[in-house]
Amino acid sequence: MEDPNKLPHPYEPFAGELPEQAAVQSVIDRRKFFKLFGGGLAVAFVLHDLFSFADEGGVSMPPSVPASQVAAWIHIGEDGKVNVYTGKVEVGQNIRTSLSQIVAEELKVPIASITMIMGDTDLVPFDAGTFGSRTTPQMGTQLRKAAATAREVIVDMAAKSWNSEIKSLRAEDGFVLNTATGKKLGFGEITKGQQLLLPISDQAQVTAAKDWKVAGKTVLKVNGESFLTGKHQYVSDMKLPGMLYGKVLRAPSYNARLVSVDTKSAKAIAGVTVVHEGDFVGVAATDPVTARKALQAIDAKWQENHEQPSTATVFDYLVKTSQPGGGRNAPNSKGNIRDGLLAADFTQDRTYHINYIAHVPLEPRAALARWVDGKLTVWTGTQRPFGVQDDLAGVFNVAKEKVRVIMPDTGSGYGGKHSGEAAIEAARISRVAGKPVKLVWTREEEFTWAYFRPGGVIKVESGLKADGTITAWKFQNYNSGGAGLSTQYNIANHEIVHFPSDSPLKQGSYRGLASTANVFARESHMTDMARQVKMDQLAFRLKNLDDVRLKAVLELAAKRFGWGNTTKTTGQGFGLACGYEKGGYVATCAEVYVNNDKEVKVVRVTQAFECGAIVNPLHLENQVMGSIVQGLGGALFEAIDFKEGKILNPDLTGYRVPRFSDMPKIEIVTIDRKDLPSAGAGEAAILGIAPAIRNAILDATGVALTNLPLVPTGSLA
Amino acid sequence: MVLHINGVKQEVTTDADVELLSVLRNELELTGTKYGCGEGACGACTVLVNGRPTRSCITPVSAVSGKEIITIEGLAKNGKLHPVQQSFLAADPFQCSYCASGMIMSAVALLNSNPAPTETAIVNAMNGNICRCGTYPNIVNAIKLASKP
Repeated sequence: MEDPNKLPHPYEPFAGELPEQAAVQSVIDRRKFFKLFGGGLAVAFVLHDLFSFADEGGVSMPPSVPASQVAAWIHIGEDGKVNVYTGKVEVGQNIRTSLSQIVAEELKVPIASITMIMGDTDLVPFDAGTFGSRTTPQMGTQLRKAAATAREVIVDMAAKSWNSEIKSLRAEDGFVLNTATGKKLGFGEITKGQQLLLPISDQAQVTAAKDWKVAGKTVLKVNGESFLTGKHQYVSDMKLPGMLYGKVLRAPSYNARLVSVDTKSAKAIAGVTVVHEGDFVGVAATDPVTARKALQAIDAKWQENHEQPSTATVFDYLVKTSQPGGGRNAPNSKGNIRDGLLAADFTQDRTYHINYIAHVPLEPRAALARWVDGKLTVWTGTQRPFGVQDDLAGVFNVAKEKVRVIMPDTGSGYGGKHSGEAAIEAARISRVAGKPVKLVWTREEEFTWAYFRPGGVIKVESGLKADGTITAWKFQNYNSGGAGLSTQYNIANHEIVHFPSDSPLKQGSYRGLASTANVFARESHMTDMARQVKMDQLAFRLKNLDDVRLKAVLELAAKRFGWGNTTKTTGQGFGLACGYEKGGYVATCAEVYVNNDKEVKVVRVTQAFECGAIVNPLHLENQVMGSIVQGLGGALFEAIDFKEGKILNPDLTGYRVPRFSDMPKIEIVTIDRKDLPSAGAGEAAILGIAPAIRNAILDATGVALTNLPLVPTGSLA
Repeated sequence: MVLHINGVKQEVTTDADVELLSVLRNELELTGTKYGCGEGACGACTVLVNGRPTRSCITPVSAVSGKEIITIEGLAKNGKLHPVQQSFLAADPFQCSYCASGMIMSAVALLNSNPAPTETAIVNAMNGNICRCGTYPNIVNAIKLASKP
């Protein structure tokens, strides 16, 4: 199995987003497992033993697996139904579908017989979280092996029961067929009455992508209808008997201190519970309208801190408070920058500014918490169910086994739902109220009390020969983060560093992490350099690139866009950009039109994307489309406005996100590399759009923009 | 107060100034209609009131008393999906699908008044609905699939 941490583009977790111990296991008692799910056959996975069973093909329990400690991945019931257990969660990437395809492919069962059990800490093996485009390369690979292991054992069992040779048997559609005798047995019949637990075998024969019949094809969203009829229960839709609706008292600004609070009037309202623990004040009522009234009835006095950076001052603040890079942020150097600059015919210095932006998941944070006999169950929309389980255990000082976190398919995340604020708040109120409590954040709360993609300052200094050879590349990133920091171009002398700063706003992961900022700065600068030596943007990149996968997407995007085929008319401009992240390779061409009033319109976008062997072409295209459109918002107009610890645009009228009318004509072209392992697709596809548009505006007007967003008002200043 | 919802008369006890969305979701357990912004800016809460797409999060329940309200739960008839739902099922445009109910209600309203809308008409009619996953071009395709040329 390919370890994603050893890939050339490792996932870089944001501080605090990974559990302290990496190898914590979620385990479930073996007897309990079969009691819960019925007999049959289960493929188990025990983290520290993953590869130690490689040579054991038997169906008995290997001695190294403690009988009581088994975390199942795939269970085939006596009725032939297949349950797949994974800690990965569905936030719209359509992995419920793509992972089903992978299991169906390897196990040789119909997709309809598969149920994915996802993100339930009582039922699924430990998983650090759904981020970093790891589901497809990591979970997909594991499930593929688990399914292949199960299939081989079932065929083996059928061979034994028929006393026939394995050669003449074939698994197909949930049955084993005996091609010699024409006999046929269902998987459930074969495993009936058994309680078999198998370790994943690394030797199990998996199907090569070129031979895929179910994976690699478009399969519609497996639970699609439930969303189109309104039947799917997001956490914010759930209801338990006796459930109360919770609300939390919020500070008027960041870092405000609660001086005094009077909750008498709130408590006087019938059916209202008030919870006051330290600076936390929450209410619960039998209906949300009463909860809202109770919250309004609370009289709180806060001491606010007015000396906090604002949108106007934040970039200076980030540079001023930056720390020398060390550890993971240690400078990455090659050659000597000064020599490189001395050897250059042209040099260029630019500073790029990246605003804080918000994820704006359409479903705000929500949680439903219930305490029963000291055991806490929380349904919540989080990309890290096990992380939230840890948080809850810590906050309430209970054993982790006493905390169950369940994540139903959730209304999106984009890296913005790694935390469990609503879960903690709901559990806190529920514990005092003695009843289940549901808490759904308002849009304003989501904008204010979640976290943001970091803002940052990126300084780039470059040296260039007249023939287009890059001689020096100094790249200093303040606060944006390390993802996508290093350059893919051939440069003799470079010095690349990320300086962490003291962020005045709470910041965290985002789709593509910091690569949205780093690739913007790098690719903007590349086009500026091409112009210095009067080279075409595409030719200049190709000249300085060796990476064949990156070149392939660049050339494909350019070809489909018709790069270089058109003579520019007034106001028209063309730009391109490329990059890679987490195994995904992207190139984007953009056409803009800037009218006489300097209004900018993105007319057309062509994007090529490659992420190895494609698992589901339609859903891959959806992911790429979503990345382009979300990236368009951050490119053109999205920015958080803040002052004195207050968010000034915490709503969808103040914070503009892309709408139907913002859509350019978008063409997506994918490369299916069946010879390469499948990588994730939810992140890298966002990288190209902002610099491509920026470079197109430069091409149209000669104006080299250096800020993200590029045109917050819609026109050039 | 009595509301006419999905062809059924429902007695509700909430104050007259409470928003329709809250009544639908919390009192009547029609949770297919979603909260997205609370200011009528995202369209996730769209329902039909006398056939018109209406933002239920900013509509006081008193304003719709006696009017014909259709929510996403009221589209399918006798277990058969509404033609617009069928088109969305076939086109599979969404990612997280949280916007789906509002998108489909807006699309039903559009197609009821204009069975063969141009792309511009689709964009104009749908522009109040946000899909943060950015699937707009796919949604346009789904609506075209549901339109009668």
